[in-house]
Amino acid sequence: MFVKNLAVAGAFAGLMGTAAFAAGHGCEIGARVSIVGNEFPAIQTVGAGAQECTGAEVTTNLTADHQKINVAGMQGNPAEYTSAIIANSSIVALMNEDVIRPLNDLVETHGDGLQPGQLIRIGGDVMAVAFMANAQHLMYRKDILEQIGVEPPSTYEEMIEAAQMIRDQGIMENPIGGAYAAGWNLAQEFNNMFLGFGGQHFKPGTAEPSVNSEAGVNALNMMKALSEYMNPDFLTHDSNATNAEYRAGNIALLNMWGSRAATQTTTEGVTDAVKNGHAVAGPMTVGGGSTPASTLWWDGWTVAKNISDAEAEATFLAMKNAIRPAILEDAEVAKQAVWLIEGYEPTDAAVGVFEAAKAGTTPYPMLPYMGLMHTALGNELADFMQGKESAEQALADVEAAYTAAAKEKGFLQ
Amino acid sequence: MRHKTFLWFFLPTGLAMLLFIALPIVSVLVQSVFAPHEAVLKEVENCTPLVGCVTETTIDQEATRELRENQPLGRFVGLDIYLDRGHLAVAEVGQAWVDAATWDEFWHRLFNLPLYRALSFTLTFTFLVTPLLILLGLMIALAVNSLHRHLKGLMIFFSLLPMIVTPLIGSLILFWMIDSRGIIGSALVSIAGDPNFSLKASTGLMWVSLIVYGVWHSAPFAFVVFYAGLQTLPKDQLESAQIDGATRWQQVRYVVIPHLMPLVTFVALIQLMDNFRIFEPIVGFNASAHATSLSWIIFNDLGGETRQLSAASATSVLTIFGVAILLSPVLVRTWRDFRGKT
Repeated sequence: MFVKNLAVAGAFAGLMGTAAFAAGHGCEIGARVSIVGNEFPAIQTVGAGAQECTGAEVTTNLTADHQKINVAGMQGNPAEYTSAIIANSSIVALMNEDVIRPLNDLVETHGDGLQPGQLIRIGGDVMAVAFMANAQHLMYRKDILEQIGVEPPSTYEEMIEAAQMIRDQGIMENPIGGAYAAGWNLAQEFNNMFLGFGGQHFKPGTAEPSVNSEAGVNALNMMKALSEYMNPDFLTHDSNATNAEYRAGNIALLNMWGSRAATQTTTEGVTDAVKNGHAVAGPMTVGGGSTPASTLWWDGWTVAKNISDAEAEATFLAMKNAIRPAILEDAEVAKQAVWLIEGYEPTDAAVGVFEAAKAGTTPYPMLPYMGLMHTALGNELADFMQGKESAEQALADVEAAYTAAAKEKGFLQ
Repeated sequence: MRHKTFLWFFLPTGLAMLLFIALPIVSVLVQSVFAPHEAVLKEVENCTPLVGCVTETTIDQEATRELRENQPLGRFVGLDIYLDRGHLAVAEVGQAWVDAATWDEFWHRLFNLPLYRALSFTLTFTFLVTPLLILLGLMIALAVNSLHRHLKGLMIFFSLLPMIVTPLIGSLILFWMIDSRGIIGSALVSIAGDPNFSLKASTGLMWVSLIVYGVWHSAPFAFVVFYAGLQTLPKDQLESAQIDGATRWQQVRYVVIPHLMPLVTFVALIQLMDNFRIFEPIVGFNASAHATSLSWIIFNDLGGETRQLSAASATSVLTIFGVAILLSPVLVRTWRDFRGKT
């Protein structure tokens, strides 16, 4: 009888444990939570983590078009979305429109377990909580570099030398890959190269553009030199298309997002040569500079301004639950990103992003007018890449296009 | 119909038109003459992971809030946005006119400006695709009409396929085929004998691809309209033409085409409007490095991390003007016909 009772008690305790687990480690919220964000595996994990909370409804809208809807969805009162998952580029649009709230008091009452480094502070206010880091860095085929007998390149100049050797030895016709699609991607590659050459997008403390400089011309000339070793369709290749080229074994060297490193060889149709030869390294420098020609990124979550304090608290709790250290116990989740969560152990795929941070890579500029500059770069640089105009003319066009947009938005008079 | 009856009859349509056409146009007009307030900037210390703290610029929300609350529409800028570099670029065009020594140089500088570059492609596309698709649609209609009746249904279905396929999907399919590793792309590479030959890297060939796509996509529309028209063809006229010894070409030229002429005008009207607003293929083909259109500019203004609502509104208004100018010859003729009748 005693034994039987014990067994029942044990089973009961076990049941209780499971119940607590199902309730999201005791995440109990009292008001609605609605999340908008980008969609890639790490963010889907965060969205699902928030939905583990019980007591009120948690909805998510994770889409690649998140930045087209998040401002509009948070401008109403009450706001449709109580939280937006953003990166250092897209938080600017939310701050410009004043739709997210400072989290100082919520961090004070509920912030235990968050690391100080996760708190994004803007002028003394915590405006977001970061959960992952990202950067573009080198990915390469170690088998092919061994074949030509060179070390993985640490500068873009070495990359071109290696590419020339691969071409000369008839291994690949166009060994370099790059997300050079006209628009956002091309502008981002320019940003990388421009910062690597020591450039600054704006005159310090102002919204005046300063890309038409020696660094700008050097950056464009380097991009042109790299494009000579790329698939001739490079102006239509975004990160997805560039990855497809890499997975198909058509390219050997590329500057690619760290967030894609873990899944680079796991998709269907990747050849065995690519699977075995795939390797990652830190970002490259350029022109003898010491700062890598790359940018450092973080992804994090915010809390809307136009919602009740109860909803803000519920949102904070649900989002914190989604990025609690325990999620890293799942090996699959741990691989999804370079998590900024306590207890994260870098995996092989994370090497590139950590190297980027260690080498002092410049963070992507978090300036109110950077989005306009990025758009102007994306629109105006394609002419130079096609050889239709000089680097100086292209950069002058960028500055003119940016100035018109900045005047409209009230950043320049 | 009595005026009063007509009024009641027209009221629901009128209300819908007011709500869904007139009001949005008014809203776009208003947005295009207002711009966001001048931003009050301040320097703050930003602290981010892995980097530490740096001094960066941000918007002073306290100072900006009052401005926004006093004038929620923004600041009135009149036609400034219409005249800036992103739109009509009056100052830039004037400067190019003064500086340019030759016509070549002037055109080069003009087409370096976003709106004129977009117009150069949009107008080329509109004026090549519209006649070509009418011609192709007519040819398909005549061919299908002369088929045995058992075959007609099947052929009509296949001829309509390009129109049934969603424009974005249709353009993506063609885009993948002309990729340098796609079926048409690699065929062209072997014909040209140059491993670096790429359709997507050449502006001229990209324009050709877009125009081919445009004709392929819209010809079924012309075909359906003309095919319907052919069913009403007066048999006796055709027979008398045959008795007079008219060849098949002469029958088409002097009997069929005059009969279909009102439909040609109709198709031309609709297609001029549609082609002027070309958008999906540019996105589908990733062609923005080579070809842009007014609609693409609007999309681009709204798609950036910082949305430019005023710029997009101004381009929308310019698009409406563009369509109005394109259609004016036809509209003027219709008006004259109407006046002539009363």
